[in-house]
Amino acid sequence: MAPHATAITIEDVTQIIDAHRALEGPLLPLLHGLQDAFGYIPELAHAPICEALNITRAELHGVISFYHDFRAQPAGHHVLKICRAEACQSMGGNALAEALLAKLGLDWHGTLANGKVTVESVYCLGLCACAPAAMLDDQVVGRVDAAKLDKMLAEAGA
Amino acid sequence: MKDFILPDDRDMGTPAKLGKPVTLTIDGFEVTVPEGTSVMRAAAEIGISVPKLCASDNLEAFGSCRLCAVEIEGRRGTPASCTTPVAPGMVVDTNSAKVRKIRKGVMELYISDHPLDCLTCAANGDCELQDMAGAVGLRDVRYKAPENGGLANHFTARNSSGEANPEWLPKDDSNPYFSYDPSKCIVCNRCVRACEEVQGTFALTISGRGFDSRVSAGNAGDDFLSSDCVSCGACVQACPTATLQEKSIIEMGTPDRAVVTTCAYCGVGCSFKAEMQGDDLVRMVPYKHGKANRGHSCVKGRFAYGYANHKDRILNPMIRDTIDEPWREVSWDEALSFAATRLRGLQEKHGKQSIGVITSSRCTNEETFLVQKLTRAVFGNNNTDTCARVCHSPTGYGLGQTFGTSAGTQDFDSVEQTDVVIVIGANPTDGHPVFASRLKKRLRAGARLIVIDPRRIDLVKSAHIEAAHHLALTPGTNVAVVTALAHVIVTEGLMDEDFIRTRCDWDEFQLYAEFISDPRHSPEATQLLTGVPAEELRAAARTFARGGNGAIYYGLGVTEHSQGSTTVMGIANLAMLTGNIGRPGVGVNPLRGQNNVQGSCDMGSFPHELPGYRHVKLPEVRAIFENAWGVEIDPEPGLRIPNMLDAAVEGSFKGLYCQGEDILQSDPDTKHVAAGLAAMDCVIVHDLFLNETANYAHVFLPGSTFLEKEGTFTNAERRINRVRKVMAPKNGYADWEVTQLLANAMGAGWSYTHPAQIMAEIAATTPSFAGVTYDLLEEKGSVQWPCNEAHPEGTPLMHVDGFVRGKGRFIVTEYVATDEKTGPRFPLLLTTGRILSQYNVGAQTRRTDNVVWHDGDVLEIHPHDAENRGLKDGDWIRLASRSGETTLKAKVTDRVSPGVVYTTFHHPDTQANVITTDYSDWATNCPEYKVTAVQVSPSNGPTDWQEDYAAQAERSRRILPAAE
Repeated sequence: MAPHATAITIEDVTQIIDAHRALEGPLLPLLHGLQDAFGYIPELAHAPICEALNITRAELHGVISFYHDFRAQPAGHHVLKICRAEACQSMGGNALAEALLAKLGLDWHGTLANGKVTVESVYCLGLCACAPAAMLDDQVVGRVDAAKLDKMLAEAGA
Repeated sequence: MKDFILPDDRDMGTPAKLGKPVTLTIDGFEVTVPEGTSVMRAAAEIGISVPKLCASDNLEAFGSCRLCAVEIEGRRGTPASCTTPVAPGMVVDTNSAKVRKIRKGVMELYISDHPLDCLTCAANGDCELQDMAGAVGLRDVRYKAPENGGLANHFTARNSSGEANPEWLPKDDSNPYFSYDPSKCIVCNRCVRACEEVQGTFALTISGRGFDSRVSAGNAGDDFLSSDCVSCGACVQACPTATLQEKSIIEMGTPDRAVVTTCAYCGVGCSFKAEMQGDDLVRMVPYKHGKANRGHSCVKGRFAYGYANHKDRILNPMIRDTIDEPWREVSWDEALSFAATRLRGLQEKHGKQSIGVITSSRCTNEETFLVQKLTRAVFGNNNTDTCARVCHSPTGYGLGQTFGTSAGTQDFDSVEQTDVVIVIGANPTDGHPVFASRLKKRLRAGARLIVIDPRRIDLVKSAHIEAAHHLALTPGTNVAVVTALAHVIVTEGLMDEDFIRTRCDWDEFQLYAEFISDPRHSPEATQLLTGVPAEELRAAARTFARGGNGAIYYGLGVTEHSQGSTTVMGIANLAMLTGNIGRPGVGVNPLRGQNNVQGSCDMGSFPHELPGYRHVKLPEVRAIFENAWGVEIDPEPGLRIPNMLDAAVEGSFKGLYCQGEDILQSDPDTKHVAAGLAAMDCVIVHDLFLNETANYAHVFLPGSTFLEKEGTFTNAERRINRVRKVMAPKNGYADWEVTQLLANAMGAGWSYTHPAQIMAEIAATTPSFAGVTYDLLEEKGSVQWPCNEAHPEGTPLMHVDGFVRGKGRFIVTEYVATDEKTGPRFPLLLTTGRILSQYNVGAQTRRTDNVVWHDGDVLEIHPHDAENRGLKDGDWIRLASRSGETTLKAKVTDRVSPGVVYTTFHHPDTQANVITTDYSDWATNCPEYKVTAVQVSPSNGPTDWQEDYAAQAERSRRILPAAE
């Protein structure tokens, strides 16, 4: 995931906007580009995006807020997503997740104080056959249990 | 549905389509509709209303509410009737047991997340959700919040334990005219779509998804007032519930009747329903069958009517012997006999020519007709003029010379068929907002735009529209730019030779072509002068000439120049060169400033023209009026406004009856106007308020608002719209009655009892109005003049088969620089304009909540010029010209080019017209408001002049209590 944005400049943003603005339907690829580069969509990018694509800030807000994956603030260094869809729930996913959150002292979408890990919910990773499932950054893991979660968190430096 | 809803005012669900006929069967009835029509609309055509929530016939179908499901033979499932187009032979069942069950289930879900406070809700009786719950027969809602469980709704602020519901959002009351109550929202998207499709502002969105979906103005953290919202009211009108609701309805309740009338603000002439409770106006709602606005409105017409009841409104006549005295409230009889005696006395002492009138562009045609009749038939002279003198008189002259009529060539519907638009010297999103919305809609559909304006107006670039070319010319060089465009078209052979040969005078064209081809008119030769890069200008000329249907819209940025009439002729030349006259989608379209400025010109307000633009020197024209009125008409043209003022200063012009116009604030060179007024012995101001001109008046006759009288307004497309009385005049008399009382006090013996009789007199004397009657207007809604035997239903498009004058006439347009020049002392050029929320001198809009958007005039200045002078945004600055100086606050912006500054003239404490000069159009005396050489420097506060002015205004507005 993202390098940590110490100081994102308008030049960084402009560069990414310019790389996408000629696409047909440029907004989503552009937002992904920003999030890939910075880990989130910084507010200072809003006005230049609206200017470049000739849309209003309301429209941009509508799109960003529609997709849960787009962030307004940086996440932890690693993001652990735990599936809460039906198959995983039926295999004890909820209890597993709640125990983990209690142990870490977090709520959903919370980040550890040391900034290492953010825990989020996700609704189906397509691993229903291996429920319950989770994903650490870009890696999916099936048949998770408390031990596996602990191991994943340890790897992430929690 | 409320029973006051006017016939044919039903919502048909989806927009009308044009296409070849398709026949289908709905519920056993055969119906034929154009291809592309939705099943929902086809059903509505035969009177079957399919239940719906997210559909509205001014928005494209959206298919989200799931309520309009129908069954179609041979198709699977239950398609949404709003998004399903008709097909030949289709058999539709709109009310099968299956769809009824589906609808009831859908409604049950809606109502499960909606408060059941109908009896105390502002939309009670005017709520589509309520109507639909009734229509589907909803009797019970099975979905309940679990006992002791979390609330899963958006409408309860706290649960039974007193914990806050995180889904509940408070009301947003930031807009002065309507409130947004998220707890009543059903997320039908109608407001968002109206803001996008109808208004074109894109200020609203749906934030979040699923259960979290909320209507949101602007970004997170914005409210309606801080968002891009322009308060046009389209979202409020679109809302099917009480979510977006007029505050007047919340306060007063629903109306009990509606009267269709015409807005009294700009020259678009929108039709509105004035919705009433008794004689109280509850709200103004745009009328969807209004042919100028097609159901849309702007913040002024929709909401800014509060001035009609403002405490500043004067309701009793007042007189005083001199302008130093306080006003005395007197009876109508006393005021009128005082005025009549003074006017007659002045004529006896100083001659027949010593008095005159100024007609109003805000009053009705009938009222204007009477005022000019007063001067011609009772005063016995032609001293009549109107505010068109200071705005569109060059349009009258220029188009009269080239085409033969003094008016725009198209209707507003024409914009829907245009392919390339030139907007020159106009700022429609602020000055003519409803037209701007219609234009933007067409631009989003692919038409191209060329903006010629010194300022980067909103049309140059705003959400989803962008001008192909913006020619940011130096103020005062319109003629050079328009001539250069014609030069490119002629020298590059882009003209429509066939059109020119058949429709125009070919010999004159030869002369014109020789003139225009001269290299000194080329964009390369003039770019230093105009500031417009030659390549950009050439590209724009090619775009216009080759782009298909080309239409030109222009405003006061064209006319209010020393060469205003020349630019109008240049624009006419461009249209003729490219063959863009006489069919839909093309034409030359002046955007008239005031509601009835077209009408006031038509009605003979000018000193040299009798009604219908016929010169007063023509004996056959005078004979018509002499026979009708039984008087002799002076064959010599009278005085124009500037001449009246000059004559007043010289001492030969002593009395003025000024109806509904504030010349002190609106006319150029305020000090000269003040001196002229101060030199007169009888100034009669007939107005709603003690306006600035009234500071110099001896008689004040209270006026009536457009809500208080019958009559007609004529808009920029020559459309004669009815104005209907919805309440009795608070001052006692409609303005036409007041003029008649004054005339009769002077012995005229007029006996009109209804404006229809005045219209009959207009029709009998004026050929272009010959067929106009109130009965016809009642039947057709409106007609566009000429309306006579040849065009019994009026004339939407002019010059279809030939120009009114015969052959179109090309006139050479030599650029002559204005005498107003920048120099070391006055290095910047000031140009003036309007803002959306305020109107003209602001007498009306300053007395409404519109001041939240604009409470004072500011000076726009480029960052470069600001930095040179050490100015920051918001600083007080002194603005000085050769005529005078004033102070106001600076707004630093790159909307204006370096060297150019811009302000508005809505506020009397700024008095931008102290700055403007008395240079004027060579042909018509229209003042050169748009170019003044100025200097800008830091300042601490108001100038001495402003302080003196304010003190004088206050002194002169004193009113003594009425003697009992």
